[in-house]
Amino acid sequence: MTDTIPDGDAPPSGADRYAAAVAAPVPPAGTGPLARREARLAWGMLFPTLFIVAMVVVLPLLAVFWISFKPVGLADLRPPEVVMREDLRGRPEAPGDAAEIRYRLRNSSQDAEIRGVMLTDTLPPGLEVAGPVPEPCTLEGVRLTCDFGTVEGGWRATVEIPVTVGAAYLDGGDVAASAPRLTGTADNVLTNLDFTLDNFARVFDGGEFWRTLGITLFYTFFGTIGAIVLGLFAALLLDRDVRGQGLLRGLFLFPYVAPIIAVAFTWVILFDPFSGSVNALLIQMGVTAEAINFFGQRPFALIMVTVFAMWSYFPLCFLFILARMQSLPDDIYEAADMDGASPFQKFWYLSLPQLMGILTVLFLLRFIWTFNKFDDIFLLTGGNAGTRTLTVNVYEQAFAVSNIGAGAAVAVVIFLCLLLFSVLFFRYISREEGL
Amino acid sequence: MGLIRRGYVAAPGIGVVWTWVIALTVAVTLAFATGGAFRPSGLWSLAWGAALGAAALHGRGPAAVAAALMAGAGIAGLGPLQTGAAAPWAAFAGHAATAGVALAGTLRMTRGLAPGALTRHEVEAALIRLLTGVGTIFFVAIVLIPFYVMVMTSLKNQAELLANPLDFSIDISRGWALFRAYGELFRDFNFGTYLWTSTYVSLLTVILTLLFSIPGAYAVARLRFRGRAAFSRSILLIYMVPMIVLALPIYIAFSMTGLRNTILGLVMIYPVTTIPVALYMLQGYFRGLPAEVEEAGLMDGLSRLQVIWKITLPLSLPALASVSLYVFMIAWNEFLLAFMLLDDPSIFTLTRGVAALDSSEVPRQNLMAGAVVATVPIMVVFLALERFMTKGLTAGSVKG
Repeated sequence: MTDTIPDGDAPPSGADRYAAAVAAPVPPAGTGPLARREARLAWGMLFPTLFIVAMVVVLPLLAVFWISFKPVGLADLRPPEVVMREDLRGRPEAPGDAAEIRYRLRNSSQDAEIRGVMLTDTLPPGLEVAGPVPEPCTLEGVRLTCDFGTVEGGWRATVEIPVTVGAAYLDGGDVAASAPRLTGTADNVLTNLDFTLDNFARVFDGGEFWRTLGITLFYTFFGTIGAIVLGLFAALLLDRDVRGQGLLRGLFLFPYVAPIIAVAFTWVILFDPFSGSVNALLIQMGVTAEAINFFGQRPFALIMVTVFAMWSYFPLCFLFILARMQSLPDDIYEAADMDGASPFQKFWYLSLPQLMGILTVLFLLRFIWTFNKFDDIFLLTGGNAGTRTLTVNVYEQAFAVSNIGAGAAVAVVIFLCLLLFSVLFFRYISREEGL
Repeated sequence: MGLIRRGYVAAPGIGVVWTWVIALTVAVTLAFATGGAFRPSGLWSLAWGAALGAAALHGRGPAAVAAALMAGAGIAGLGPLQTGAAAPWAAFAGHAATAGVALAGTLRMTRGLAPGALTRHEVEAALIRLLTGVGTIFFVAIVLIPFYVMVMTSLKNQAELLANPLDFSIDISRGWALFRAYGELFRDFNFGTYLWTSTYVSLLTVILTLLFSIPGAYAVARLRFRGRAAFSRSILLIYMVPMIVLALPIYIAFSMTGLRNTILGLVMIYPVTTIPVALYMLQGYFRGLPAEVEEAGLMDGLSRLQVIWKITLPLSLPALASVSLYVFMIAWNEFLLAFMLLDDPSIFTLTRGVAALDSSEVPRQNLMAGAVVATVPIMVVFLALERFMTKGLTAGSVKG
């Protein structure tokens, strides 16, 4: 604590003391114990959050990078293992009947080998082994051990052991009750050091990637601009004292608050080519002669998902723009009135320049989030009819084509695009302290 | 610009646009309400709207006469609203509504306009009134129509829907039978359980999010430590990482650890997606609180944690309310993770349950009833607490 008091001992004389008091507030050099304690407390309070965010954001991101270099499919998520079934064949009915214990084993993977496959089992009481034990098994007392060594992908084997059934077994014995143990290790494709660039080669293969990127940019750019323009228009409508303003404000937020899944399905039904109300309405009004397949036809599908993005996100832009409009000072408008500015001039020369900050921030944020959007398109078109954006492509590659590695590679590409946008965003937002 | 500044050009122009918009609005409204073949006529709107606008320049009397003539012509089939073979009462109501609203709107919008030359102010003011009217109708229509269709579809049956997709009229005499789709959802599709699952998952998410984000936000807002600026910036960065990028490794990790297909897995993931948002909103609010009160508490011998508990939190109840609401909304509406992680129909959340209804075997009124069941609770919460919601959204979160 002493370092906050500049001079502790040797009180100087009158004039000196005055000078010292004026020049006094010298900030302590370095960090004092108080500051250190505060920082410790701060990190302590942040630790749980940091930890959990690292676990669920940073680790998965690293994992995505790792997987994107791995030849891994959906089926590889379960490591290869030996699957076994055990049963007693021969339907013994009386003591002394002959039977066979049968073990059937197979490698669950068609192409990966498993090393050191070993089966150990204890024969149940009441069964006498009645012949030689087949290779590669050995029997010691009632303990059966079979060492298969290394087995290839797609390997199958059957071990049959002839036995004579005793009375003890017929009284309720069960071969499967003896819990056979299987051991064996296999390479897990996720953890070994097998790397490949195939995933990226596949992603960038041909014109597909550029087409996907083009679709993504169209969707993102027009979806963002449209939402902002609609939001600005809606905010202008409500930026005045009108009756029912609160009601309208609540109403305008509906598309944003309702679950995406509910409104997306509603849109699909509304624009259905066979029984959709919009098509019926358009035909009735003579706009189109036959039904338009809005979500299933090439140019329309992309336009429709973009319109959906505008519709569901204009409320957010509206809210932000309205909040900023209502905080604009009145006096410049009064001054403009005195100077005879017309309403449109006031909007163009006064409101718009003052709103430019929030509009740019909104544009950057919405751009990034629309770029990241997955659910909307997935629910509306499933990525068909020319609407496969990058995010939908991640899902498509990983789950529809079952190639997790390729999906991760697309995810990496998305993440890199995002980093680029973020750099732009932070460069701007640090100037525009608005948000 | 010169031409439009003549009263005889501006007023009829406004009359035409407004009359056509009203005819379109009435046609769509009546078509959706009765299923009749209503449609607006561009040509007649042009003629009658121009007449109405011109008449409005000469006062209420002439305008009312023009509107009355317009309604009469409409009944004769020569008006802006074409009614086809619709029921007579609906047609009559349609013409009356079109003429009435067109008249009221045109009079209001052309107020202050004179037949001759006009100033720029007068024309622009009239145009703004027109845009306000048209804009309000436009926004109300685009917001309400999907929700109207959602609710009405859930009350009808597949055959009726295919017969006339526009006919959303419902037969009140059927009484409770109208809600058959809802009965089926709760009886055969387990929606009661889904509703409960969604509720407690969302509430747990809110609680966990607050537990983590309150101390974090306080530290970022109030305490001085090295790396504070970088930290508050990286919060925003995290909130920009797309969910689909994270969903893939989460899916893999959960598959391998057996957390997939469990509610526990979902409750572990949801808060993480909301903590950055909550942290960002709360730190903004905490910064705005006067530090003096807290310093007074410190001087009186409270520890930092006591200060947070006894001073900061009670002061920030409104912010906590809006953050909770917002987080609740995110968790309630979350679809992607629930869709990827849950396979077992007995532990579905509502959104996952609705997604499961999207198959050719389930009639669409059930799908729409599911959508209504998912939407209504969040809407009720939202409308009841709208004030907090709007404030909270503008306080810092823009995630969508």
